[in-house]
Amino acid sequence: MSLVDVREAIAQAQHKEWARVVASLTRRFGDLDIAEEATAGAFATALERWPTDGVPPNPGGWLTTTAKRNAIDRLRRENKREDKHKEAQMLHDDDPPEPLGAVDDERLRLIFTCCHPALAMETRVALTLRMVGGLTVPEIARAFLVSESTMGRRITRAKDKIRAAHIPYRVPSAEDLPARVSGVLAVLFLVFNEGYLASGPDTDPLRHDLTAEAIRLTRLIRGLLPQDGEVAGLLALMLLTEARRTARVSALGELIALDEQDRGAWDTALVAEGHRLVRERLAASAAGVTPGRYQILAAINAVHTSARDVRDTDWSQVLALYDQLVGLDPSPIVRLNRAIAVAELDGPQVALASVDGLEDELAGYHAYHATRADLLRRLGCSQKSRAAYDRAIELAGNTAETAYLTRRRDQLG
Amino acid sequence: MQYLVSVIDDGTGPDTPTEDAAIDVFNERLQAEGYWVFAGGLGSPEPATVIDNRGDEVVITDGPFVESKEYLAGFWIIEAPDLDVVLGLATEGSKACNRKIEVRPFL
Repeated sequence: MSLVDVREAIAQAQHKEWARVVASLTRRFGDLDIAEEATAGAFATALERWPTDGVPPNPGGWLTTTAKRNAIDRLRRENKREDKHKEAQMLHDDDPPEPLGAVDDERLRLIFTCCHPALAMETRVALTLRMVGGLTVPEIARAFLVSESTMGRRITRAKDKIRAAHIPYRVPSAEDLPARVSGVLAVLFLVFNEGYLASGPDTDPLRHDLTAEAIRLTRLIRGLLPQDGEVAGLLALMLLTEARRTARVSALGELIALDEQDRGAWDTALVAEGHRLVRERLAASAAGVTPGRYQILAAINAVHTSARDVRDTDWSQVLALYDQLVGLDPSPIVRLNRAIAVAELDGPQVALASVDGLEDELAGYHAYHATRADLLRRLGCSQKSRAAYDRAIELAGNTAETAYLTRRRDQLG
Repeated sequence: MQYLVSVIDDGTGPDTPTEDAAIDVFNERLQAEGYWVFAGGLGSPEPATVIDNRGDEVVITDGPFVESKEYLAGFWIIEAPDLDVVLGLATEGSKACNRKIEVRPFL
């Protein structure tokens, strides 16, 4: 087996097994820090051993066993556990192999702990991406536009707090569940977005593992809370976005914008499931339940995915939904996306005026510059458009997006 | 696991009789359900005295060690299995005493 194949196998195992191994070690040792370090250690050992020993037939089992040994070694070295009985328990793992269902719950438990309300929102997201998503600290730092050392400290502090304050490792009780879910959804949406628009120069532009993981976990939570509109909304939003995945990147690895996508390549099953969920929520809205932001975003995506041709897009419906969304969440990114709908209805000049008003807040955001570049291009301002593309390319972290922006820039007259 | 549950006064002033009655009910519940370790109320920080005997001679200072608009007005020490339980109790405690509450684990 070549080194490239081994690296590929390790990358796959990292995507598939990381959260499982961390969750299982956290339950066993009652400590996220040990679980994380031992899991990372097991992957480092795999990187050393697999090229010579070959990839084991059951990589997940191998990694779990190696991580458990690694954790026990660490605990011994650090002399953290002096209780002989506990040590004996650690050395003799009599746990029966876990059925798949239990493992899934284990990961859910890990998510609720990482998304605990006693942690700041930015900390919850970072911790979930590290512990559940298996992203590295540099990757997470990049997703949040902060330095690696800041992100490293944030995660360390979170783990210390979980340990010192005894934040429990469990799925919350039925009465606490609804309040705990919105924080989890925000985190899952971010994980999904990292998969949908992955960062890093050496990363695949689409990380299906992350989008699939976010969808899988959102489905799990929907199973727990079938009546929660926002859970349904987020799931619909993810499905309608995921449905366009293969149409979104060309064979050459370039991003294909919504208006240029081959709509025949969209996944009809995912679109149908997403539309079903949106209809379910529309019925609830008609009955007087106010929709939250995920339900509105899902509805916007339902409008796009209902148009067989981009020219059939019901832009006034899209704009009406964005107006509803701005009422709920007047953040600059929402207003930027609203401006894109405005451009279709009232022309690029009107849209540009509202986009330019967002400069102070969004000057460091590549999509702000990409949107401006496109509007300026449509207005025939090539020179200004080129400058905006340059800035967008500089800031964009996704390889497919960079390729797309570069092509659009080079097509300018 | 024990937690220090601090009552933060941010200018609310002394307890009202209604607050006192609600705190009594809350205290009885803590005792009945086995969470209670200790509790106490504190007046305003003005009568505080600070002692520093780290140097050659003892220095006694009149007044609190930090001048702050917010001060510790009382506390509970609660025995609970985990943070979720304490957060639930502190949520009720905050309502009962009508003040902000901080939860900190003991080492």
